Amino acid sequence: MALLKDKVGLITGGGSGIGRATALIFAREGAKLVIADLNRKGGEETAAMIEKAGGQAINIECNVLKPGAAEDLVAQAVKRYGRLDCAFNNAGVAGDQARTADSTEECWDFVVGIDLKSVWLCMKYEIAQMLKQKSGAIVNTASIAGLGANPLGIAYSAAKHGVVGLTRTAAVEYAKIPIRINAVCPGVTETPMVEAGLARRPQMRAVFTKGHPMGRLGRPEEIGEAVAWLCSDAASFITGIPLPVDGGFTAI
Amino acid sequence: MRLADKVALITGAASGMGKAAALLFASEGAAVAAIDIDEAAANEVAKEITNRGGKAFGMRADVSNPADAEKMVEETVKRFGKLNIIYNNAGIEGEANLTAKFSLEGFERVIGINLRGVWLGMKYAIPHMIKAGGGSIINTSSTAGLSGVRGGCAYAAAKHGVIGLTKTAALEYGRRNIRVNAICPGPIATPLLERIAAYQKSREVTVQSMGSNTPIGRPGAPEEIAKVALFLASDESSYANGGIFAIDGGQTAS
Repeated sequence: MALLKDKVGLITGGGSGIGRATALIFAREGAKLVIADLNRKGGEETAAMIEKAGGQAINIECNVLKPGAAEDLVAQAVKRYGRLDCAFNNAGVAGDQARTADSTEECWDFVVGIDLKSVWLCMKYEIAQMLKQKSGAIVNTASIAGLGANPLGIAYSAAKHGVVGLTRTAAVEYAKIPIRINAVCPGVTETPMVEAGLARRPQMRAVFTKGHPMGRLGRPEEIGEAVAWLCSDAASFITGIPLPVDGGFTAI
Repeated sequence: MRLADKVALITGAASGMGKAAALLFASEGAAVAAIDIDEAAANEVAKEITNRGGKAFGMRADVSNPADAEKMVEETVKRFGKLNIIYNNAGIEGEANLTAKFSLEGFERVIGINLRGVWLGMKYAIPHMIKAGGGSIINTSSTAGLSGVRGGCAYAAAKHGVIGLTKTAALEYGRRNIRVNAICPGPIATPLLERIAAYQKSREVTVQSMGSNTPIGRPGAPEEIAKVALFLASDESSYANGGIFAIDGGQTAS
């Protein structure tokens, strides 16, 4: 049974990593998709992969931080498919690796802008549409760094904790509609973002691997399966949770 | 004297919990930099301390402004020779609007002061604490850092973020003997809570009624938070690091 049959889904950061893997799973489960990414090529590739597999997707090159961009993104989704059922606010960056006193304002503003403010901006307009429909489900990408410390990444940790706060707040505000709003908190996952970080600090691979009780890093599709489930009617009584998908990382 | 010979910088020191902490820290022997956006009120607090024979000065700073944040730390070190304690407490409540109606300016302002401001305070204080051989950082989060709050998406995001900042810095600087902890106050009878009560459409909502929803059944007093901050500032809490202390009359236990 298709979890997301005939639903319309919007995924930011859909051009690579967790966003792409989730897009493919949404499509497999019957959703029609809008793929948004800063990187046009990545978004096009994801959309092409979905169409090749017999699904429907459009790609929108988009920087949601630009004035009007998030509103326009939702408007385009509605124009194309008539509604918006599921949104996965997933676009994110890791920022520089530096200790708190050595990290820069540029890095702070960059990371907090993309990882926190853009999540709120997307929600703001997604919710406005979902209110018209009186239904919807949103999943935001937080992180294990939204539940615990993230040494050498103060801005990332602040932003991802903030995403958990946004998620809980919006969830209680719109629970009665109902619009369900949850977060996933991936452990260290094999994505281009993580691989880029590991290329700079290769010794961390063993540290991260050991940090997950399952003894390995996560795979993007393992996050995507959780997101698809949270967006589906199977999770109809779940709202306001930060769901760790982390091989046990936050259990210890 | 639990803070003898210590130098403490407190932001948001002109009212509420910050003012209570400034007076308490000074009474325990600390030299206090009373920082606030309201310069006159900060000076008043400093004057109150010096009148009682303590050491203090007042100064204006907008903690969300990097130049101001750096200046408040540098001025403290210039006046008192070192910095042992920073209490990043300045905060605003921001607008009360649902997530889809919250304004862009309002979001930026709350994140700027309540989150970026805490990071900036730490950023500029830490190098001086390393020089001093250690220190204690206390950040003001909130019960809104632990749960959602209707009409306050930016406030909840910022206060959750403060917990991330606290835990991260605690791990980074533990071996430098810098301890970093956060306090999550529940409803405390401060000017900020009075403003929040005044926003509510229902006239029934008062500081008293907000407090009566806690298991203890009353709002907290600013001094009840200041006493926890004093413990975290002092060497009595020498093994507390990365701790998130809910001081909320039991609110988050329910």
